[in-house]
Amino acid sequence: MTGPELLESLTKVFGAKVESQTEFRGETSCTIGAGDLREVAKLCHDDLSFDYLIDITSIDNFGEEPRFEIVYELYSMTLAVHLRLKLKVSEDTGAVDTVSDIWPTANWHEREIYDMMGIKFNGHPDLRRILMWDGYPYFPLRKEFPLEGLPSEMPDVAFSQAAPMEGGPFVTQPSTATVKDREPRARRPEL
Amino acid sequence: MAATRATAYDSKIEGNIIFTKFDAALNWVRKNSLWPMPMGLACCAIELMATAASRFDISRFGAEVMRFSPRQCDVMIVAGTVTYKMALAVKRIYEQMPEPKWVIAMGACASTGGMYRSYAVLQGIDQLLPVDVYISGCPPRPEALLAGLMKLQEKISGERSLAAQKPALTEKLEEALA
Repeated sequence: MTGPELLESLTKVFGAKVESQTEFRGETSCTIGAGDLREVAKLCHDDLSFDYLIDITSIDNFGEEPRFEIVYELYSMTLAVHLRLKLKVSEDTGAVDTVSDIWPTANWHEREIYDMMGIKFNGHPDLRRILMWDGYPYFPLRKEFPLEGLPSEMPDVAFSQAAPMEGGPFVTQPSTATVKDREPRARRPEL
Repeated sequence: MAATRATAYDSKIEGNIIFTKFDAALNWVRKNSLWPMPMGLACCAIELMATAASRFDISRFGAEVMRFSPRQCDVMIVAGTVTYKMALAVKRIYEQMPEPKWVIAMGACASTGGMYRSYAVLQGIDQLLPVDVYISGCPPRPEALLAGLMKLQEKISGERSLAAQKPALTEKLEEALA
């Protein structure tokens, strides 16, 4: 079976578990239900030769329901083909099953998502924070968390303060102007 | 065999004696053998390494002895972004250095947080440590670090070391002289 054939046969293999399948610029994405994740992941790994989990990311669609979205980037070394799995998690549930027993690399990816977004992974062998310190009270990549941060204090471990933004954040202006005009800098409000 | 001529011990070194203030001699010794604690936390550390290497050669200023134990260091060069997670560790390492000790904040991040106006980055190591020299640049060129080192040497040569570090001794001396 070749890569393109594999992608075409996905709906047949997965059946009703795939809620929708889209293709954009040669990239195939499948939306699945959060409950079907482990079954689909096992199928991908064992039967469809997706032996490489490139990355797991999470998206905070603040204000929408379900709020969070988790994206799994899969790759098949033998067939040289990518597959993206997406699933939604509501804030109330706040958890999905782990895939770290299927792809060991998921261990740290899931820890990072837990650290930054606060989504828990059921069955994860060691769900601790990975970037911030244990005991840090916030999840900094959530939309409601301010960019400059919030003060926190853990004596003898770490502390944090809000950063002075001084009119920032200074971001690149999205336009067709020259690089000089688009560059990140403090701008007068009327400009 | 020619008879040996009795001479005073001092005659061999006569003319090689310099009278100076104790502070001046002490500071001269200290400023020319600053042993740095390389607190390399980000890309500034690469420039720090370049400064130590042969092209820029920090040993011209007597500061080539990078020690990886704080107990043997005089000057901590904070080279890079200090995250809150690292901040107390940096402070702890500084506290392990013996007196007298100095701190160079190398680069924008160590001085002010730099481009990281962020929840995770300490906005300048001077919030935790007494910084003697700030070096601008992102990262600073090795020449800038050397200039900062020379500024620190200038600062050290003007210090009143004995009075500052041995107040009891100076008091005793002053009493004896009075």
